[in-house]
Amino acid sequence: MDDMMFLTFLATLAGAAWRLATPLIFASIGEVFSERAGVLNIGLEGTMLVGAFCGFAAAFATGSVPLGLLAGIAGGMLFGLLFAFFTITIKADQIVVGAALNLLGMGLTAFLFRTYYVSTGKGIEIAQPVHIPFLSDIPFLGEAFFRQNLIVYSTVLVAILASLVLFRTSFGLTLRAVGEHPKAVDVAGRNVAAYRYGAVMVGTGLAGLGGAFLTLGHSNQFVEGITSGRGFIVLAVVVFARWSPIGAFFVSLLFGLFYALQLMLQAQASIIVPYQVLQALPYIMTIITLVVLRGKGAAPSKLGQPYEMR
Amino acid sequence: MAQVNQGVRETVYPQAAQTFYRTLSQIAISAVTPIAAVLVALAFGAALLWLNGFNGSDIVTVMIFGSFQDMRSVGEILLKATPLILIGAGLCVAFRCSIWNIGAEGQLYAGAIAATLVGTSFTGLSVWVHVPLVMLAGALAGAAWAGIAGYLKVRFQASEIVTTIMLNYIALILTSYLVTGPMRDASAAYPQSARLIREAWTPRIVSDMRLHIGILVAIVLAVALYIFLQRSSRGFALRVVGLNPHAARYAGMQVARNVMLAMCISGAMAGLAGAFEVAGVTHRLYQNISPGYGFEGIAVALLAGNNPLAAIVSGGLFATLRSGSEVLQITSQVPQVLVLVIQGIVILSVVAFAKLRDILRIVA
Repeated sequence: MDDMMFLTFLATLAGAAWRLATPLIFASIGEVFSERAGVLNIGLEGTMLVGAFCGFAAAFATGSVPLGLLAGIAGGMLFGLLFAFFTITIKADQIVVGAALNLLGMGLTAFLFRTYYVSTGKGIEIAQPVHIPFLSDIPFLGEAFFRQNLIVYSTVLVAILASLVLFRTSFGLTLRAVGEHPKAVDVAGRNVAAYRYGAVMVGTGLAGLGGAFLTLGHSNQFVEGITSGRGFIVLAVVVFARWSPIGAFFVSLLFGLFYALQLMLQAQASIIVPYQVLQALPYIMTIITLVVLRGKGAAPSKLGQPYEMR
Repeated sequence: MAQVNQGVRETVYPQAAQTFYRTLSQIAISAVTPIAAVLVALAFGAALLWLNGFNGSDIVTVMIFGSFQDMRSVGEILLKATPLILIGAGLCVAFRCSIWNIGAEGQLYAGAIAATLVGTSFTGLSVWVHVPLVMLAGALAGAAWAGIAGYLKVRFQASEIVTTIMLNYIALILTSYLVTGPMRDASAAYPQSARLIREAWTPRIVSDMRLHIGILVAIVLAVALYIFLQRSSRGFALRVVGLNPHAARYAGMQVARNVMLAMCISGAMAGLAGAFEVAGVTHRLYQNISPGYGFEGIAVALLAGNNPLAAIVSGGLFATLRSGSEVLQITSQVPQVLVLVIQGIVILSVVAFAKLRDILRIVA
């Protein structure tokens, strides 16, 4: 009987891990594109917040989850355009601009939320789990993997698609070259700035989607600072994943597991450690990740550097 | 043309006056960018208010003028300026060394925890011993908390951007654990620590105002950091490491040691800010003693062009904006988070104007 309970616990844990990993999966795959093209976007936290807020606001107005997701992507990309303009066109320092966008994202979303929504206190309809026929009836595995909502399932598709685009198309090849050796791309007659704009837009669009999942697929409310550092954790996920979309998928799952453990152990009354230790788990693991994976072997060589056309 | 002017001036002014004139005009020129940046941010804030059904002109009439009503409100501004100047000036040192310490918020909390520990124990000490002891504890704890990220960077090449941010969250969670657990004052309704012993309180400047001597300490330290950066050989090495670590290494400078130093200086300043918040303002530790001073300090340093001396002015400016946003919330129900938007726009405008100036210089 104890074994059964443990298996049920594991199944619930695995399911929660995938769900909690979903925002990280979208945002980290997006950041892989951005960083492969040489752009380090530390403004992801603000971008995800904007996505979460736009998704919430659109779903609040229309009652439609798909429209909410689209609004989240659009909001993220709009923020991305701002980031791209300042870092690529104006060639400002990427870290400075990212820090500004985090303040802006936090401030704007909280300002608008308090102005229009906080007094309503109403939530929104969120994406419902879709039980996959037959598979969802498998004991334990069904509970873990086949009773999620469509947004969670789509992470697999996005990871595979992103990997194909990055490693199997000429667009992906050029994009990677832009991050490694922009001069060569320039000499070959391709527009470095255009590719970087594209990469940033893909990245921030996905970050917006990841943020929107928080309000449309997870919690039914917007909360100020709802991303609680996920935009920063994503930066460590990308390093751990060695700048690969499939890697980002699995590393995000690992971080999802930390989040899930934290939630489920907090509910466990018999637990001996203070709940704050569990709360700190994702953040501590992020630091450990960076330490264990010392060196930047696989980092794009021109990461963080503006390209000066001659 | 410029050559001719130079010649005329040399004949008119004696040497000392000429140096003075040049310094003054340099200050004027370098002040144009930040002033323009702040104006753009205020205009943006006004537009945001207007678009959302508030009164846009409130941003000048209420937010700026409202915070200068009497001596008391000026004192409150200076009270808020204290942590901002401390953190901002410290971050100037880190940023000059190209160390992206985004963790001042966590370092502030580390300092606040240590200050509370020292301030609630050791009964019977004189004010002259206890007050400096609390400040020292705060600074050391802040430096140590930043030092973790510094060590991880020099030893394992772990990005300090990510580690300092993670350490922010960990410090906040640690504070929450301490005030709900081991350090909790059982008699209080809310999770908070015991009150600091009166001898540990930071002395006030005027007895009926909350403003304490921390503001003077902040200004003195900002000046000291300016002299350190500009006039000492260690400060020079630090700046060289920031500009070009490879060149610094070839010149025989120890990059790792300078990185650690820059990290610890900025951490100590943030820790001191935390100590002052506890010992000078709240007299207790609780979960939200900082409304984000650590992040605002980044904007303070950037607006100051990473010059600790200018951080005194920009710290005062951001404190005014923060005070004003509180007045705005009370009088016009404008959410106070507006101040974050203004901070973000200030940074973006500084960046844009600096670029514009470069372009104009090339054209001229």
